[in-house]
Amino acid sequence: MGKRGSFVARLDRKATPFLFIAPFFAVFAVFGVFPLLYTTWVSLHDWDLLAGNRGGFGFANYVELFGDPRFYNALVNTVGIFLLAAVPEFFLALGFAELLNRKLRGSTWWQTGVLVPNVVSVVAVGVVFTQLYGRDFGVVNEVLGWFGVPPVNWQAGRWSSHLAVASMVMWRWTGYNALIYLAAMQAVPQDLYEAAELDGASRWRTFWSVTVPGIRPAIAFTAVAGTVNGLQLFAEPQLFDAGGGGTGGNDRQFQTLAMYLYEKGFTKFDAGYAAALSWVVFLVCVVFAVVNYRLVRRFVSSP
Amino acid sequence: MTRRRRAGAWVYVVLTGVVGASIFPLYWSFAVSSRDNSAIGEVSPLMLPGGHFFENVRRVFDTVDFWLAIGNSLIVAGTVMVSNVVLSSVAGYAFARLRFPGRNSLFLVVAGSAMVPAQLGVVPLYLLVNDFGWYGRLEAVIVPALVSAFGVFWMRQACEGAVSAELVDAATVDGASVLRTFWHVAVPAIRSHAAVLAMITFLGAWNDYFWPLVVLDPAEAPTVQVVLSQLASGYYTDYALMLTGATLGVLPVIVLFLLLGRYLVRSIASGVRYG
Repeated sequence: MGKRGSFVARLDRKATPFLFIAPFFAVFAVFGVFPLLYTTWVSLHDWDLLAGNRGGFGFANYVELFGDPRFYNALVNTVGIFLLAAVPEFFLALGFAELLNRKLRGSTWWQTGVLVPNVVSVVAVGVVFTQLYGRDFGVVNEVLGWFGVPPVNWQAGRWSSHLAVASMVMWRWTGYNALIYLAAMQAVPQDLYEAAELDGASRWRTFWSVTVPGIRPAIAFTAVAGTVNGLQLFAEPQLFDAGGGGTGGNDRQFQTLAMYLYEKGFTKFDAGYAAALSWVVFLVCVVFAVVNYRLVRRFVSSP
Repeated sequence: MTRRRRAGAWVYVVLTGVVGASIFPLYWSFAVSSRDNSAIGEVSPLMLPGGHFFENVRRVFDTVDFWLAIGNSLIVAGTVMVSNVVLSSVAGYAFARLRFPGRNSLFLVVAGSAMVPAQLGVVPLYLLVNDFGWYGRLEAVIVPALVSAFGVFWMRQACEGAVSAELVDAATVDGASVLRTFWHVAVPAIRSHAAVLAMITFLGAWNDYFWPLVVLDPAEAPTVQVVLSQLASGYYTDYALMLTGATLGVLPVIVLFLLLGRYLVRSIASGVRYG
């Protein structure tokens, strides 16, 4: 080891920090920044995934995209499934968090239990739920049958397929969100509850006027992160389409934006179009994330 | 801390229902995978396990190259896990405890890069990886995932919380090299955070689907998730086979989760998103 102040020691102090962060920036530059810039470039050309650049510089892909009914179909499906999943997910997660926030025996076990769906691979979720929603032998139809409801062909209809896919998303994320809310709830200041009690507020009132505003940052976090995640939905609907060629049902009734991106880019090899689509999906994510963030700020006032 | 109400009996009933709903699809998947395929249409779908699990497992291994898939998934998830832990630890340590020009702005770049949705760059990433000659090779899924913004972020938090700045300074004054200081002061302090990161990374890589599907050849170098999607792709209407595959793909994850899940729960409680 060099003495303090020696050349080697000074070099070490100056250079080693950069060596420590260099791998991240190398990977980020090559596999993060470069593809990002390249996406723009590819999207401005008639670009075949295998044959490469076929020229045609301009906005042709974007023009085609905005005139493409299948794009709007995928957009509506994605947003529809997202809302169908996100709204109940939010209220359920809040409720579960409130229950988990009580003095519980074995609280770690309950918390671990609600997180189980989140660590299971989406592919397994897709496979299992697709069987649960099976038309002939599916558990869901069997249970509906007990109440006299005739069997539903879940894949066939727009609403039924959206509901089924949304249920997979909900199953996967509700417990995760509940744990985030729980953590935030445990940090809500005690004196706010005492003040509410002095004011004679009911439990229900206290929950909506103290607890929920008190965890606003957590709600904003799940709103933004959940939006970005939800709008990239791919595996669940793709697997729900068992045997259907990956276009989200015969009439594309549950084809999401990510599935359309996959279809265009990796089965039809239209890389230029897919790149343009990626940018539009990204912008849709940003718009929705901002809108959701605003909604949270507006409707969940600070305590 | 909020004043917490004691949970009444009904809370336990509701939570039992919630955890039951969380586990039911997995239980059911196992139940079907332990049945004879021909029995599936006959019995009520809400059923008890049968005695055919190992027979179905053998059929899965006969139908698709599941060993290869497991091997590939282990190589991918293992490499990505080790590399993320090492590279994120050194980078996180540098951002938290070392002084160098541009530290703050460089860290902003790290944080900002975490916000970009993965699908945005998927087409050019494919072109790039293809140019490298990596199509159908495990490098294609390993190398881009060697280190992540999330990991660096996570380990920086860990170092700020757990590594004593005084000890680092004292070691520097004593003339210890930066690497030596990292090894003897930081590493012992951040072990448990590194373990959580290891688990999160392993789960993420094991469960990854979109990118391996794009860039790996299912016939040559499948991962477990890619093989599962093939089992479910409609060429087979063999429910027991599909669900046995799903059960096999989930089993290692569930075991890992049961062993270490409470640490993951705790880390989510500190507000991380790892999915």
